[in-house]
Amino acid sequence: MHMAKKQIYMDYASTTPLDPKVFSAMLPYFKKEFGNPSNLYGLSRRASKAIAEATKTISKILNCRSDEFVYTTSATEADNLAILGITRANKDRTSKIIISAIEHKGVMAVCGVLEKEGFKIVKLPVLKNGLVNLEELKKELDDKTILVSITSADSETGTIQPIAEISKIIQNFKNKSTKVVPYFHTDASQAAGYLDLDVEKLGVDMMTLSAHKIYGPKGVAGLYVKKGTKINPIIYGGGQNKLHSGTENVPGIVGFAKALELSSKNKKREILKVKKMRDTLEKGIFKSIPKVVLNGHKEKRLPNFLNISILDIEGESMLLYLDKLGIMVSTGSACNSQSLEPSYVLMALGKPYEHIHGSLRFTLGKLNTMTDIKYVLKYLPAVVKKLRNISPLNLKSK
Amino acid sequence: MTKKNKKDVVNKYTGDTWAYTKEVKEHFFKPKNLLMKDPKEKKYNAEGMVGSPACGDIMRIWLKIDEKKDKIKELKWRTFGCASAIASTSMLSVMITEKGGMKIEKALKIKPQDIMKRLGGLPDRKIHCSVLGDKALRAALNDWFRKTKQFARIVAEGKQIIDPNTKTTEADIEEAVLEGAITLEAVQKRTKVGIGFPKCIPQVEELIRFYSEKYYGK
Repeated sequence: MHMAKKQIYMDYASTTPLDPKVFSAMLPYFKKEFGNPSNLYGLSRRASKAIAEATKTISKILNCRSDEFVYTTSATEADNLAILGITRANKDRTSKIIISAIEHKGVMAVCGVLEKEGFKIVKLPVLKNGLVNLEELKKELDDKTILVSITSADSETGTIQPIAEISKIIQNFKNKSTKVVPYFHTDASQAAGYLDLDVEKLGVDMMTLSAHKIYGPKGVAGLYVKKGTKINPIIYGGGQNKLHSGTENVPGIVGFAKALELSSKNKKREILKVKKMRDTLEKGIFKSIPKVVLNGHKEKRLPNFLNISILDIEGESMLLYLDKLGIMVSTGSACNSQSLEPSYVLMALGKPYEHIHGSLRFTLGKLNTMTDIKYVLKYLPAVVKKLRNISPLNLKSK
Repeated sequence: MTKKNKKDVVNKYTGDTWAYTKEVKEHFFKPKNLLMKDPKEKKYNAEGMVGSPACGDIMRIWLKIDEKKDKIKELKWRTFGCASAIASTSMLSVMITEKGGMKIEKALKIKPQDIMKRLGGLPDRKIHCSVLGDKALRAALNDWFRKTKQFARIVAEGKQIIDPNTKTTEADIEEAVLEGAITLEAVQKRTKVGIGFPKCIPQVEELIRFYSEKYYGK
């Protein structure tokens, strides 16, 4: 098979390439400055200082205190820490946790385990446009509720949830009772590169961030935990006073902070640039390909996200034809998942199976150019046409 | 394993492979015997369609049969589905029509494994839902047997049961829709599907919508 020379990566929601500046910042801590931050000698003190500096950088961007940020190895682990940590600190096994139907698997899976242990898990439905139904949230909040976890923006459609507004709803509920719960957690892994991360403004008690979604290294993420939150660790070891034990990933943490710093500094410019490309791609696809449906919110959406369903054909087939052309995207089709289940996020949006099987997710990022967009717009219609010729289906688009 | 069919991605926990073989790619990127336009009436002798929108694969097959020789001369097809669905239908069309066509008796015996073997294998979890070509072929042959009044040769298809309590199959839902039941309530009135097994209702609703669209265009 002819291998494409052109490589167009449009799967930034999956992961991002490391920024060279981040790489440079990390480099010294792999070899020369390899010390374990827990020790007292100079080598270790320098590693410890590097972590302190990194945490200072991060906490400044989050508008929180340095001791309010915990490093983990992944966003999944941070989500687990938030949810398991709160439930471990709360002895009542009949408590209620409210999440949304479109949470990351890191939230979904751990809640599934807690449900088996006796906790009541409520999954808030979402509207057709991808926004969480807040009326349902108001109805569900009760004295048994210890935690609400709602993503800042989901990883499939990039629909932006009104976190500050949700926080106010929870605050209003709390004002009526004497309790400190429910706590409010948000997974902001996808949102971090594009939305405001000021925890005061957002009014969250916990927030998940991940380095590799913002041009940082894989294997390092973190959780903001507001001071005073009753939470237990889920990993135990030498760090008795810490929420997370284990020797710190010093180069990773340094890289994480650098990535967040760069992302925060260039946010406005990146949003403008990526949105312009995304909008061109979106308009171009809708103009040149019939029977395409947008998944997610038309406006309240991360500027780099475009999730569409191309009717009558299947996602994995499109993905492989596009891969042959050097274009890398993803799909919510069942045929592309390990479980052979179609995307639960798109299902929660009320999308029919036939649409989900034909879904494609383009997520753009820093290295994309208008030339890439033009390339996709040039070749995608032909791929669709070819697969539609193969397909016996002729669905109605509404 | 030969070098050209080397599996490049293997899940270390399940042993499942992700890569498609050279043959699969060949048939996926260059499908054989594809029918690009709806045929004129009577161009083909028989037609068959199988698949489920829930699983994401639908296959439609057209046959040209030599009645005297009891042989399939032509097999044309269209498939909605993933790479293995498309490649396996394409491969089936080659197997049936190569060497001057296949005897019907032999064609009826084709199993998914035979198609897979010719494709050099498929990712494990793809086998169940994507290799439907043999079933589409049998559906088309049943159509042929009906048309030529060879009723004794009609092969009953192993039907997928949707609701274990009522033993309702996908074909039952299709039949109910054909009889005019296009809402869940109407289908339940006829089949009692899902009443004691509500878990299957989303699937039933999908099937009702799919068959309504297929037969009534709504």
